[in-house]
Amino acid sequence: MFDNFPLWPDRASTAAGNVDALFIFLIIVSGLMTALIFTAVVYFAARYRRRRGVLAEQIEGSTPLELTWSIIPLFVFMVIFAWGAVVYFKGRTPPRDSTEVYVVAKQWMWKLEHAEGQREINELHVPVGRDVKLIMTSQDVIHSFYVPAFRMKQDVLPGRYTIAWFRATKPGTYHLFCAEYCGTQHSGMIGSIVVQEPAQFEAWMSGGTTGPLSATGEKIFAELGCVTCHRTDTQGRGPNLQGVFGKPVLLEDGRTVTADENYVRESILDPGAKVVKGFKPVMPTFQGLVSEEQLNALVAYVKSQSQPAAGGTKTAAAPQDQNKAAGSQVQ
Amino acid sequence: MSMATATVQPVERENYLNKHYGVGSWLFTTDHKRIALLYLISITFFFFIGGFFALLIRLELLTPAGDLVQADSYNKLFTMHGMVMVFFFLIPSIPAVLGNFLVPLMIGAKDLAFPRINLLSWYLYIIGGIMMMHCMLTGGVDTGWTFYTPFSTAFTNTKIVEAGLAIFVAGFSSILTGLNFVVTIHRMRAPGMTWSRLPLFIWAHYATSIIQILGTPVIAITIVLVAVERTLHLGIFDPKLGGDPLLFQHLFWFYSHPAVYIMILPSMGIVSEIIACFSRKRIFGYSFVAFSSIAIAVFGFLVWAHHMFVAGISVYAALIFSLLSYAVAVPSAVKVFNWTATLYKGSIRYDAPMLYAFGFLGLFTIGGLTGLFLACLGIDVHVTDTYFVVAHFHYIMVGGALMGYLGGMHFWWPKISGRLYPEGWARLAALIVFIGFNLTFFPQFILGYVGMPRRYYQYPQEFQVLNVLSTAGATVLGVGYLLPMIYFLWSMRYGRPAPDNPWNAAGLEWKTPSPPTTFNFETEPVVTWEAYNYEELDAPHKEEVPVVR
Repeated sequence: MFDNFPLWPDRASTAAGNVDALFIFLIIVSGLMTALIFTAVVYFAARYRRRRGVLAEQIEGSTPLELTWSIIPLFVFMVIFAWGAVVYFKGRTPPRDSTEVYVVAKQWMWKLEHAEGQREINELHVPVGRDVKLIMTSQDVIHSFYVPAFRMKQDVLPGRYTIAWFRATKPGTYHLFCAEYCGTQHSGMIGSIVVQEPAQFEAWMSGGTTGPLSATGEKIFAELGCVTCHRTDTQGRGPNLQGVFGKPVLLEDGRTVTADENYVRESILDPGAKVVKGFKPVMPTFQGLVSEEQLNALVAYVKSQSQPAAGGTKTAAAPQDQNKAAGSQVQ
Repeated sequence: MSMATATVQPVERENYLNKHYGVGSWLFTTDHKRIALLYLISITFFFFIGGFFALLIRLELLTPAGDLVQADSYNKLFTMHGMVMVFFFLIPSIPAVLGNFLVPLMIGAKDLAFPRINLLSWYLYIIGGIMMMHCMLTGGVDTGWTFYTPFSTAFTNTKIVEAGLAIFVAGFSSILTGLNFVVTIHRMRAPGMTWSRLPLFIWAHYATSIIQILGTPVIAITIVLVAVERTLHLGIFDPKLGGDPLLFQHLFWFYSHPAVYIMILPSMGIVSEIIACFSRKRIFGYSFVAFSSIAIAVFGFLVWAHHMFVAGISVYAALIFSLLSYAVAVPSAVKVFNWTATLYKGSIRYDAPMLYAFGFLGLFTIGGLTGLFLACLGIDVHVTDTYFVVAHFHYIMVGGALMGYLGGMHFWWPKISGRLYPEGWARLAALIVFIGFNLTFFPQFILGYVGMPRRYYQYPQEFQVLNVLSTAGATVLGVGYLLPMIYFLWSMRYGRPAPDNPWNAAGLEWKTPSPPTTFNFETEPVVTWEAYNYEELDAPHKEEVPVVR
């Protein structure tokens, strides 16, 4: 349409159509309700305007009417709620086998790293038709990863991972906005998502890289000495990390958690928080010793130890939980 | 004060305005009506400060580039616009001015239950206001009025603690006002003024007071926690110190969502009074309208996390809060339907207060319906933190609350000042406000859906046309808000003296002189009629006899 007067955003992901359909439904419902109320108000105001000698007719109220205009809207609201819940649930559940991209936000830029090792700043290249899962964290304050063309938004928090996903459907370049106010250059924290045809994307991907993220992680894993405890046999002082990722883990205190990105992250930064059953809380914290990027690499490595394709040697950090990585003491 | 239209008031009677003179008689007054006027002056001052910030914001957004002010200044502008408008205008506006003035008059009391506490609450407001002004003049704050952590506790170097304390102090003024109203409504009703005979204005203020008393302490505690983390580095909200930033958002919205109802409920009370009077009818479904206020106050406390659907809360928490948000929408819808039904077979006049009430109906309906969009999980992900939200809450808080406030100011101005405002100008102003408001904020719905985030001082080219429309509307709106201030001031000197009951309205407040005497009623009124007894008032052969004088 007009370049500087858009009335509808680009529709470039699988989610966009679902959100738009729901939005249009809401416009129709609220349009009807507005029309109903406006018509009634205008009609009554004109029809019953004050006339000499005509008195208002007192009407006390009507319980059946009250019930009608409580229950019918409630029913309509429940339809909206349920439909919205379905759309939300889909948007919050990344499909299995998504391609993974690690996102680190900071004042005021986006740093993105593909699982294959390509790094980008304020720009993310993705192919059409592939599910992309974003594993995001912030180095400082809260940011929000917002791509209007994908109808996708997720706050990015310091101290933990938040997850989002999308599947692009249309090649093009789309805005990436920071949607959570984050300081002076908040409005400058704009990037772009470059959606390419698969062939073009492969060509782009074959550009220089230091190797997959998990390989970087493996190196760090060795350098930090994680390997001495997290061995690939059962003799280590820490749990064997092979095949652990994505599985339920039984903890010392009897709880069970799923070993997801946040659990691995928390276990590295706050190892005592959720200790695996049968192990002692002997692992030191790595808070302040590893950067967000190195953490991402470690997480990618631990993850790679649970994928059949990735032949791993050693194992990684002591598992623990997801949700709020209450960062550890220190500082 | 002349001999004006001789039939009405040959000689100026003694009233609360002329009984005492001098600055001291105002600064140490315990008369709820005088305190209401002190509040009126104070909040009007802050309204124009906040409005000035809004004007600068809209001017900056006229072009995509950041050219009028710098990024940091812009961030301070929208922060201070929000803080001033929310804490120093909207929250005190109707309760502290019209509520203060009218609650005792409407229930037949001589004053509020605690007149000195009432004065104390004004002083607290003023102390908070001075602190806020000092904070703004010496650097200001740049976090947004939402103070999100860890930005506010560990990153910004602006005056968070000072601004927080200003809000903390002003918060106690709000708590004390609420407390005063609750006790007054329980204990000081005139004989015969049963709960079921209370004007809906009183019901609305009762519900509002509950929120003020229960909600405000939570924001006070939250502010203290922010200050403690900022100054002593105790880990509460900052993950680096072992805190949880989402905890802050939960606490903040636990107050700040119900705070919206502190703004809108009193406005709904006013609209009920106005619609009844200008339709000459009892409000349709009185008890449903009354209890829907209480329902809104109660449900309002259970929906706070709908501000946090993309903040990183669990999917199941999001589902529950979405569902509960729809529950609070029902009583709001019920009110709108009842007001509409009240018009049916009425005898309707379109005086300025009624035009504001119509304006309220229109804007609140749009604001409320777009709330359904935001409560809807699937839509909220896309539009939260965009201009869609900005448009929505301005429709409620400015379209709704402020329309009601202006309607109420016009309706009761003759009682407050003893003068009539110029009707023609007032109708014109109501029209200008309505048009200007829609022109300002409707484009922002579109702007939000096409993806423009909030709190951007520069923005991509394609958003310009909609922003220009919005800025153009804001100038119209500004004129609409200036007009009433001008003609209200004008009428205080040149307006025709008001009769005691210029609208021939029901309600005890109209049975007092305009302006009322210091103790409101010379003899204690005894109420023998239901609220909104317009049938009796309009009965053809009945003459208007002031019952109490």
